[in-house]
Amino acid sequence: MSGLVGWAFVLAMALLPVVAPDPYMLAVLTSAGIFIIGAISLNLLLGYTGQLSLGHAAFFGLGAYASALASLGFDIGIGFGMRLRLEPQPVYVGFLSAILVAGVFGWLLGRLAFRIRGAYFVIITICFAQVLRMLALNWVELTQGPMALVGIPPFSLWWPGQGVVDLTSKAQTYWLVLGVGVLAFLVVRQIVHSRIGRALVALRENETLARSVGIRATHYLVIATVVSAGIAGAAGSLFAHYVRIVDPDVFLFIYTVTMVIMVITGGKGTLWGPVVGGLIFGLLPDMLRGSARPEAQWIAYGAAMILLVMFLPRGIVPAVAAWLPARRPATQALPTPVREGVG
Amino acid sequence: MDQALQHLVNGTVLGGTYALLGIGLTLIFGVMRVVNFTHGELYTFGAYMTYALVSLLQLDFFLSLLLATLLGVALGAAIEVLLLRPLRGADIDSVMLAMIGAALVLQNAAMWAWGGVAKLVPTPFGGTPLVLGPVSVMPLRLFVLGVACALLLGFWLLLERTRAGIAMRATFQDSETASLMGVRVGWVSTATFAIGSGLAAAAGALLGPVFMVSPTMGDLVGLKAFAIVILGGLGNLPGAVIGGFALGYVEEFGGGFVSTEYRDAFGFLLIILVLAIRPQGLVALKERVG
Repeated sequence: MSGLVGWAFVLAMALLPVVAPDPYMLAVLTSAGIFIIGAISLNLLLGYTGQLSLGHAAFFGLGAYASALASLGFDIGIGFGMRLRLEPQPVYVGFLSAILVAGVFGWLLGRLAFRIRGAYFVIITICFAQVLRMLALNWVELTQGPMALVGIPPFSLWWPGQGVVDLTSKAQTYWLVLGVGVLAFLVVRQIVHSRIGRALVALRENETLARSVGIRATHYLVIATVVSAGIAGAAGSLFAHYVRIVDPDVFLFIYTVTMVIMVITGGKGTLWGPVVGGLIFGLLPDMLRGSARPEAQWIAYGAAMILLVMFLPRGIVPAVAAWLPARRPATQALPTPVREGVG
Repeated sequence: MDQALQHLVNGTVLGGTYALLGIGLTLIFGVMRVVNFTHGELYTFGAYMTYALVSLLQLDFFLSLLLATLLGVALGAAIEVLLLRPLRGADIDSVMLAMIGAALVLQNAAMWAWGGVAKLVPTPFGGTPLVLGPVSVMPLRLFVLGVACALLLGFWLLLERTRAGIAMRATFQDSETASLMGVRVGWVSTATFAIGSGLAAAAGALLGPVFMVSPTMGDLVGLKAFAIVILGGLGNLPGAVIGGFALGYVEEFGGGFVSTEYRDAFGFLLIILVLAIRPQGLVALKERVG
């Protein structure tokens, strides 16, 4: 997709609340958008580093909890009779702390997990999310455990002439999510096209060879994980202030699976893949709702995953790119998949 | 001291079923290079089949355990033939994704078929615990441990003493050479997956009556099975047995002496620690790093 088409798509999405102000559709698109941001960040790991990281819900959940706790404030004992107190902060502080906390944990996980590859890596990322879920369930003083954090304030934004306003209408929230989504997309695109992105792809294609020419594997993989975790944390923050309740289920494997399926459907390792896949799987459940039980939705997801791996292993975007006539032969001649669907 | 002895007994009972789970998973990985995400679902399947046979069809409890295990073997064989065979030669990540898809389908099919309410499986064992000096054990749990150990022994004999076992071990070591020696690797894979699934179903059939049977019971158990094989090394059979008992003791002692709430988290923390301190694992394997 060329840059012009991309910006036209963003413009069309931005005009949607004006053209068709249907609150139900905006709500569906907003929650789809939040998961698309998660999928965009996951794609950096899954698609560009080629590491099957299945603990992404951990960063999403960390962001949600960090943001919710910062804006609600907390007062907990930290042992030795000392207490840690935080007064309720404005929502933008919560948003930034979500990115920070998720990024720090991304660094930790990256340092730890990239000592290993393959099946071991996959399993340790799953365990990481699982440990955090148990922490959220049992550290009741901080997280309220299964009772969940409730009463999370909605987004607020500084607006010229009006000062700080709460974003209460559906359209305002929708625009905010769209804005963050565009930003996340641009950050990932910038990284992919930079030296870091080329290093990541080199590592994905042949790690031994890449190391032999002096690419520091762990260094670049950790950078990718930190950025990816930070964006996922931002998505988690949007989720917390949109749904306005956070419980330990945000760490469930099923959330990771939702993001994974969006990425592989659209095409991992392509910039537009997560957006295309995210729109499909973000809107599908709501279309099926009412006509089918929730189990049916997950069975459909599972079946879709199997069929994709069997029949469309590279996803929709590369498949469509291959169908299109060779309008840009220079791009198609490149052997690395980085360029596909880019720009 | 008495408390520690009691935890030791409980940990052994738990460890026996964990070893069953771990050995199935590690065997499948060793022979087929497949990370089996459906393992927890096979466990759930075994438990539900026991429930259906005992409660709904009014069959004998022991016969039901056997039938549930055999049904698990059949389901495992079906998954191998329908899903893994077409994907032979695909990279390990694609196969993992397909297996996650299959696990989603199986779990939600269970939810659909049986509903979300947990079920209780009636057993012929009484509710009075056997008291042996300072420790007491429920007879059902003792039976579970006995069957688990018998299955482990039977499985070991199968691997060591039969032609099928030799073929499996040969494929485990080097599938290409094994196929050159006339081993039908395709059938060995089916048999391996079926047996590994049968062991998971047996573990579910055994623990279903101890705990409650619910559609999501396999979630945590599947992850624990991964923890066990990581502790012992993926594809390491004695390692899986050691890892199974190790996890049983860690959970039991950690739950008893440190914190009951974080009981289930100890196993995962243990793996993270193992990988942080000794990334090559407790039992070193070449494949682990790089």
